Amino acid sequence: MSILIYAEYAEGKFKKVAFELASYAKKVAESLGTTVTAVTVNAGDVSELSKYGVDKVLKVNNDQLSGFTAKAYADVIKQAAQKENVKLVLLSSTTDSIYLSSLVAVALEAGYASNVVGLPVSTSPFQVKRNAFSNKAFNITEIATDVKVLGLAKNSYGIFETPSTLTEEDFNPTIGDNDFGVKVESVEKVSGKVSIADADIVVSAGRGLKGPENWGMVEELATVLGAATACSKPVSDLGWRPHGEHVGQTGKPVATNLYIAIGISGAIQHIAGINSSKVKVVINSDPEAPFFKVADYGIVGDAFEIVPQLIEKFKAFKAQNS
Amino acid sequence: MKILVCISHVPDTTSKINFVNGDSEFDTNGVQYVINPNDEFGLTRAIWFQEQQGATVTVVNVGGPETEPTLRKALAIGANEAIRVNATPTDGFFVAKQLAEVIKNGGYDVIIAGKESLDYNGGMVPGMIAGILGYNFLNSCTNLTVDGTNVKAVREIDGGKETVATTLPLIIGGQKGLVEEKDLRIPNMRGIMTARTKALTILEPVDATVNTKAVKFEKPAPKSAVKLIAADNLDELINLLHNEAKVI
Repeated sequence: MSILIYAEYAEGKFKKVAFELASYAKKVAESLGTTVTAVTVNAGDVSELSKYGVDKVLKVNNDQLSGFTAKAYADVIKQAAQKENVKLVLLSSTTDSIYLSSLVAVALEAGYASNVVGLPVSTSPFQVKRNAFSNKAFNITEIATDVKVLGLAKNSYGIFETPSTLTEEDFNPTIGDNDFGVKVESVEKVSGKVSIADADIVVSAGRGLKGPENWGMVEELATVLGAATACSKPVSDLGWRPHGEHVGQTGKPVATNLYIAIGISGAIQHIAGINSSKVKVVINSDPEAPFFKVADYGIVGDAFEIVPQLIEKFKAFKAQNS
Repeated sequence: MKILVCISHVPDTTSKINFVNGDSEFDTNGVQYVINPNDEFGLTRAIWFQEQQGATVTVVNVGGPETEPTLRKALAIGANEAIRVNATPTDGFFVAKQLAEVIKNGGYDVIIAGKESLDYNGGMVPGMIAGILGYNFLNSCTNLTVDGTNVKAVREIDGGKETVATTLPLIIGGQKGLVEEKDLRIPNMRGIMTARTKALTILEPVDATVNTKAVKFEKPAPKSAVKLIAADNLDELINLLHNEAKVI
């Protein structure tokens, strides 16, 4: 009856979302009087999960699973859930976990709620609050099935330490050839840069920057802050920046701690995509720009004067506080 | 090649979002509906397959009669025929179950759905169809080519992309990248005229278990006003981000 989480592990460590998911699961487990079990795939040292309240880890080590394959991974999670007689399965909202969740839900005949924010509103009946209408509203969803699957929205709960005693167990689920109908041939990752999905801070710029040649200062500011760079839709449509940087309703969603918007007016579609970010800063020469209505902090002024100064000030701040 | 494009009928992205009946229902008053943007990229790619590789393109929607103008628009853009499953789309599993039935009976090779609809943002329908039918499935698909029954496709991943090989039948959760924004088509007059005479078949729904239901909606709490910082006092921004917001 334990709660099962899928703890994502990549490049030699757990993703931060795994710790957020564990923290969330621990809290829900306390309210239901149960424990937290994590399933991992080809993870190395799993002891770090004990900091966040995980009681047991099912370790799957299998060379067939060395690359991410949704169907096979979903099969692993399903078998882990069945083995532990789990009624609640939690996944994060990375691209991979979203890909998995609906497959897991169907396999377990479970009701599935995605984009969940905050702890369950009620556990009997089981109701959760989730983002809907592109962050313009919340939706309370009731899950009626015996087994339930939740996808936790990124950065919606936070990471909390609750030390536990961790039991590790090797787990060997049955993987079939039909789990590998989709084969990955190559993976391209932008190296040496923070991705928008993993970033705590995102520095984003819009048409106010006048041309792609002016992005040097945006990248420098991002480097100083350890941030990812992003852009508005017009900028990506104009080909000033790669499509992968386009954030907004039809681009990538951003749910980060700090979002800095430079020369972005704040069209409703852009705001919808970034509104889950905790703190928003806008720098724009037009005081009437709609972004000022949704931002926490705003500076009215010329980005070409302000951003270089900010870079120096953040550098000095980092030097002092590191 | 038979392609099925699943179309969600969603409020235009600029719509004001309000609720009625004790916040239990979306307020459709004054709202303009469009083809879900993620689906529109997929539809345009499907039309490309129709023009370049002789595919036939069927569009399908689960919804009431009020969604027909959206299906007609898809026909005007170039789809060959349309199907409407006459039911209120209560949750993702219900919709997936209806679409799986349409797919089983229609024998489609490629099923294109948007990776997410912009109303409920469930992001689960394409994966659930794949789960029900056991078909190959690729989510967050940004490029798709088909040669016979062999498929090459690209999936967006966090921080990059991956290229995959798979075979038909295939379901994808599509998004921008399948085609670019500039390639999206606006129906022309001829398209609109011929769309009127294209077949729009209405099917009755099959039974599906009720797994989840939307009980209520809430709007975010009103936001406090922005704190303006003078352009010559940038130290104050650093101070606020560090001491007040605690994000640096």
